[in-house]
Amino acid sequence: MTKVGVLVFPGSNCDRDCYDVIHQSFRQQVEFVWHQETQLKDFHAIILPGGFSYGDYLRCGAIARFSPVMKAVRQFADDGGLILGICNGFQILLEAGLLPGAMLRNRSLKFVCRQVHLRVENQDTPYTHRYRPQQVLKLPVAHGDGNYYVDAQTLARMKQNHQIVLRYCQSDGTVDEEANPNGSVENVAGVCNERRNVLGMMPHPERASESALGSQDGQSIFASLFSFMDGS
Amino acid sequence: MIQPTTPQDLISQQGLSREEYQRILTLLEREPNPLELGIFGVMWSEHCSYKSSRVHLKKLPTQGERVLQGPGENAGVVDLGNGLVAVFKMESHNHPSFIEPYQGAATGVGGILRDIFTMGARPVALLNSLRFGPLSFPRNRYLFDGVISGIAGYGNCIGVPTIGGEVYFHEIYNRNNLVNVLCLGIAGRDKIVKGRASGEGSPVLYVGSKTGRDGIHGATMASASFDEESETKRPMVQVGDPFTEKRLLEACLEVIDQDLILGMQDMGAGGLTCSASEMASKADMGMTLELSSVPLREDGMTPDEIMLSESQERMLLVPKPGREKEIRRIFEKWELDIATIGTVTSDGLLTVKERGNVVVQVPAKALTDEAPSYERPLAPPPYLDAIQSLNLDVLKEPKDFNEVLLALLSSPTIASKEWVYRQYDHMVQTNTIVLPGSDAAVVRIKGRDQALALTVDGNSLYCLLNPHMGAMIAVAEAARNLVCAGATPIALTDCLNFGNPEKPEVMWQFALAIEGIADACKRLGIPVVSGNVSFYNETNGIDIYPTPIIGMVGLMEPARPMTSWFKTSGDWIILLGDTKEELGGTEYLRQIFSNERGTPPFIELEKEVALHALCLSAIQSGLIKSAHDCSEGGLAVAIAESCVTSEDFTLGAEVSLANRSIRRDALLFGESQSRILVTVSEEHLSNFRRLADEHKVPLEVIGRVGGDRLRINLQDASSDRASCLIDLELDKIKATWRNAIPKALE
Repeated sequence: MTKVGVLVFPGSNCDRDCYDVIHQSFRQQVEFVWHQETQLKDFHAIILPGGFSYGDYLRCGAIARFSPVMKAVRQFADDGGLILGICNGFQILLEAGLLPGAMLRNRSLKFVCRQVHLRVENQDTPYTHRYRPQQVLKLPVAHGDGNYYVDAQTLARMKQNHQIVLRYCQSDGTVDEEANPNGSVENVAGVCNERRNVLGMMPHPERASESALGSQDGQSIFASLFSFMDGS
Repeated sequence: MIQPTTPQDLISQQGLSREEYQRILTLLEREPNPLELGIFGVMWSEHCSYKSSRVHLKKLPTQGERVLQGPGENAGVVDLGNGLVAVFKMESHNHPSFIEPYQGAATGVGGILRDIFTMGARPVALLNSLRFGPLSFPRNRYLFDGVISGIAGYGNCIGVPTIGGEVYFHEIYNRNNLVNVLCLGIAGRDKIVKGRASGEGSPVLYVGSKTGRDGIHGATMASASFDEESETKRPMVQVGDPFTEKRLLEACLEVIDQDLILGMQDMGAGGLTCSASEMASKADMGMTLELSSVPLREDGMTPDEIMLSESQERMLLVPKPGREKEIRRIFEKWELDIATIGTVTSDGLLTVKERGNVVVQVPAKALTDEAPSYERPLAPPPYLDAIQSLNLDVLKEPKDFNEVLLALLSSPTIASKEWVYRQYDHMVQTNTIVLPGSDAAVVRIKGRDQALALTVDGNSLYCLLNPHMGAMIAVAEAARNLVCAGATPIALTDCLNFGNPEKPEVMWQFALAIEGIADACKRLGIPVVSGNVSFYNETNGIDIYPTPIIGMVGLMEPARPMTSWFKTSGDWIILLGDTKEELGGTEYLRQIFSNERGTPPFIELEKEVALHALCLSAIQSGLIKSAHDCSEGGLAVAIAESCVTSEDFTLGAEVSLANRSIRRDALLFGESQSRILVTVSEEHLSNFRRLADEHKVPLEVIGRVGGDRLRINLQDASSDRASCLIDLELDKIKATWRNAIPKALE
């Protein structure tokens, strides 16, 4: 059976939510990994959860990237391991240079918590292959710094490599400014690395994996991950 | 009798009266030294001692079959069955938030969170009740924005969802805004920890942040009125560090989970002084502290600075014998300071040493149980008769009710609070099954088919006009909100915000409000398990309106919540309860006529009880599709809100009201109590009617859901003719209601 590690930095606060979804909804093995750990070889996939690592008093994720575990995370990525960063986890992956780009304050300068719509731009990844191409999802965001930025040249290269995985859109799938909750460049909500084993996304799939929470559209992120690991 | 030699100005600087100083002399049988005097000043402050309120608070019913811990501990505890308990409390941070809105509100959240996890409960929900002056004043916009950001900044970071609340705007809060925060936590029944220092010889451990010079004398500040000098009190406001609190939370829950401690108490108002003396006093023990062992943020801090600092994110705990090492390991893992700063003694004394020299030695109980308690004089305000008289004949009904409805929907008190709750992470912990916006927010309890509904409520204008009635309505309406969500109310916490208690009319308001809460609680069967009193909400001699806020918790099993908005075209819209000609104290009179006179709506608790029984029974048997309390703005606002509150869609309504020989504006906008607006599908209509008959609740089928307009007609009794009172497009209603607060902030 595959085993997922959920990293816990001081200040992580969606660690238990990720754990619960994997454990309760998917009945898969999952363990917390304290940020002082130095090796991850027992795990088949790693999740960097949301939260405010080290309080995020500096730039989000800027301190967490120096945690001892991050060296092992880098090695894990280099070895082709699956790494999913959600919200603060995405910010940490950016700070660690495992994904291209950087995160700015939301355009509104306010924290924003609400359901948004997303369009699946690349369903050929370990995290999205259970979705239909261009499928529109409803997932919540909750962040103050989700305004994704990357320079034009890198963005062009990312597009060429299909590294833009999720974009903010209207409920009918139209990608426009009105649907952009934070000012992200070209409505980018989630990106992967060239090798596609590392995904960072601002929306929270773990908050949209049960009907009681108003949407189950996030479930397929985890379902994709597990079926990819099972090789099915 | 000892003749005091301490100068009077030193005594009054500590907020103590001459009589109180005399009482200290009697208790100590000597004069206190300046540090001891400062300690008495804090511990006997209104904020810490409840000296003006204690005699009244005794009247509140605090017993109930689910109550495991009533008032007196850090928070109340109620049984949820099968080994789980809910721990909750509401607290004010009014004064600090007015001086420094961001930090004042943030540390208010931090303080109430500590009250909950100190008891061994993991916080699962935050709510708040806020009062500001109108947003047309720049200062109020600054306060409003700062307070919301402060609540969001702290709650979001620590990862506890802020799931609901209420905001009212009124001129009376121009110079004294209110910030009340409620926190609820869940714990194992066998894990509850109390703030007691038992076990003679046990070490006293200090954990959390280092002690700094912030917040010194905060409790004394919170026990005084405001004037032009208040701005200079900014250094008395503490600074919050949610990251440290998050680590403190996890570390404390870890030591409790491993059963390593005898007692724990957070350092809130009154800092180290208050928690040490309370821990010792509650256990009938004493405590000796060595100040040179206290972790300090800066050099050269004096004993009184250390004793009275209100630096945040700090705790005192007493370990079980032999478990100190394990505790140390846990706090070190979370990179938090931990230091042994004292010992539990059996002499009943609070002894404070500085490098071995005794600088304070007073009986712990002298600071707590022996604090003065006053039966302050009461008198109805001289203006009461004047404000209670309302001559409706001079208030002509407006010609255009569409305009009135839009004006009410765009008043920030009634308008959508989306601008506020968007800034709160209300979903973290993945338990929130009814998001902010409905009558009550609902969090499920993972792993079982149970959920808790929470709400906060209070109407200060009602309380000004009739404190007893206003307070009863606050309890009844909070309960009604929970019932509309499908939950049975099980307990409440209160936050009693009043003016200067030394004024007889303020004490009269307070005493009557307590009686109102007590009467409603007894009749509705809801005990009070915790609470907080905030007096001296007075600036330049002007008191706020009496503002008792009720925070209430309801239990639902199974976890199938109801929401307030219309669901399906064709459903019948039904009004439960009686509509009378009650316009006194309404938002309608205030907004349209700038009139705040009259008597508030009359509440009959018998009718309220029947209404709740009907609504709960109908929800449990699946007969109704939506339920919404009729409150501020009356029936018309309740219907309009039901049309547009859903995140995903809007649904219109065609309503026809029978003429009741009351004013049309009272019919539309009056705030008669004990009314709920429900929708029922065709197939369940007759069953629902039968159920309402059984419960003897008056019912009127007033219309049907559907279309893209809200139309409200008045049926003339004598003829078949109907006149149209309201006819508006939903888009217009929704835009007006949703954009009002963002617009007011532009």
